[in-house]
Amino acid sequence: MTAPIAEADGVDALLRIRDLNVGFSGRNGTLPAVRGLDLHVSRGEVLGVVGESGSGKSLGMLASLGLQARNALVSGSVRFKGQELIGRPRRELRALRGAQISMIFQDPLSSLNPVMTVGDQIREALYLHNRQMTKQKATQRVLDLLRLVAIPQPQGRINQYPHEFSGGMRQRVMIAMAVANDPELLVADEPTTALDVTVQAQIMLMLRDLKDKLGLALVLITHDLGVVAGHADRVAVIYAGRVVEEAAVRELFADPRHPYTRGLIASIPKLTMSEDKLYSIPGAPPMLGALPGGCAFHPRCAYAQDVCRKVEPPTHRVGTHKSACHFAASLPAWNGGLGAAAPENGAND
Amino acid sequence: MALVQTTRTRFQLPDWATPTFIVGGLVVLAWLAATAFPYWLAPHDPLELAGRRLQGPSANYLLGTDALGRDVFSRMIHGARHSLPIALIVVTSAVVIGAGAGAIAGYRGGLIGAAIMRLVDITLSFPPMLLAMAVAASLGPGLGNAGIAMVVVWWPVYARLMRAQVLEVREREHVEAAVAAGAGHFRILTKHILPLCWTPILISATMDIGQVILLAASLSFIGLGATPPTPEWGAMISDGATYFYSWWIAFGPGMAILTVVLGFNFIGDGLRDYFDPRSSK
Repeated sequence: MTAPIAEADGVDALLRIRDLNVGFSGRNGTLPAVRGLDLHVSRGEVLGVVGESGSGKSLGMLASLGLQARNALVSGSVRFKGQELIGRPRRELRALRGAQISMIFQDPLSSLNPVMTVGDQIREALYLHNRQMTKQKATQRVLDLLRLVAIPQPQGRINQYPHEFSGGMRQRVMIAMAVANDPELLVADEPTTALDVTVQAQIMLMLRDLKDKLGLALVLITHDLGVVAGHADRVAVIYAGRVVEEAAVRELFADPRHPYTRGLIASIPKLTMSEDKLYSIPGAPPMLGALPGGCAFHPRCAYAQDVCRKVEPPTHRVGTHKSACHFAASLPAWNGGLGAAAPENGAND
Repeated sequence: MALVQTTRTRFQLPDWATPTFIVGGLVVLAWLAATAFPYWLAPHDPLELAGRRLQGPSANYLLGTDALGRDVFSRMIHGARHSLPIALIVVTSAVVIGAGAGAIAGYRGGLIGAAIMRLVDITLSFPPMLLAMAVAASLGPGLGNAGIAMVVVWWPVYARLMRAQVLEVREREHVEAAVAAGAGHFRILTKHILPLCWTPILISATMDIGQVILLAASLSFIGLGATPPTPEWGAMISDGATYFYSWWIAFGPGMAILTVVLGFNFIGDGLRDYFDPRSSK
């Protein structure tokens, strides 16, 4: 289940992002929203991308597919199946999007066109990448897709509008659209955030199931560590536009090697907890325009030393982890975020 | 079939059929009938000089006769044929041109968008009547030229409306999703943006039909629209203005304009109430 980290850092990965920078030019110079993002996803793998709102996790993924806002400045390298995407003509990117790389968005109601029937929308997704498809064949494929995402009575549903669907059903429709053209990579941007908890579980199981059935790679962008723990193979934690830690999911939760990751895991409320107050990382995420010098996390970090304030830490390799902390190797032993007295039980729940 | 049939005791009108809408619709329908079948509805030929001059209303000449002895009532009915189609064509052309320009300006933005919107600003900075007069005068008299002049005056209104709509809809997530699905600009604009933009334009266009009829009549009144002996309402009022004591000459076409404009405004009001329930009451 745990995919090994490729030695050369994902040279043969399906998608490989290297030193991706996304900035917005403002009145006071460029605001760096993504700063040197390094990521890779391999076939058949689920990569969880975790971070707070505004950490640049969505923006980084969107920008690597050429979906950034018009005023964004993008640099770096994004290779999909060995081909560079940054700087590719829009037309070629368009042919790639929705065909080999698909996306699912957070809110399935606003992501569906309210004045088009669900059937027409899925048919459009097919038509966009295969103009020769006959209407009959397309309709047959739409029905198959709706069955694939377990929508009951697809024949009746095909002519309905998005508002006639429940939240979970809408997300299933979005997923059906996303996998319509047998993509190799599926980027799910907070796919369950707008859904209630029981539906969340169904959708996540379905995504995993589809991943296995269709053999696709899945990038799961989320701020929900529970979703990541349950469904990702590998996790990248993003802070202030940069990957601060990356490891296989079990190892990340068992022995986080970056203070930020530790803070995140410690913030998860636990049933066994007796304290009245929930833990939270002190301070707030930095403003883009006023990133602290050195390590971006140092003002909130309990382990911060002088070097953290002056030098931006390079990415260290600690065992199978990659961690952007000066003290990645020398952090004190991890106790599962339960306080000093608590037993060590590995927070892989 | 275990469905329970809800009992409906009375015939119920559909939601959109508000009283204003129905009244407006009936009035407009009546005038459309006059447009379609004037020879059936009018008792006399509009150009026939048979009657005596400046006769008051009578059983034979319901609204009297004008200075040349033509039946005012018949001319009023025939006038619909010269006012309604022009108004519909003008509004349709203005919507097509304006909405098209507005959609491009809203979606593309940039230099082209700015150029379109400055042109809109410039056009709207003239008093509409004055601009229409200037254009019509330079093209020469005639209903067709008056129509062109009115399109020139009217398209910027729809361009502004459409641009505002597109700017708002463009940012919606389903548009982003369509981009992510690999859709091109044309498809995004025509399938994912424009279908959500039409409501305010439809409402405003309905109301504007009345305004355009008024403007066309005004242009004809000052001699820049229909040329004699065309029984156009504005021109007829202009004729009647010289014969102050024969009030019926201007009364007929005046009432025609009043009812048509009112009718279209009622329909527009009804549509707005239906599409945007917040604005009523």
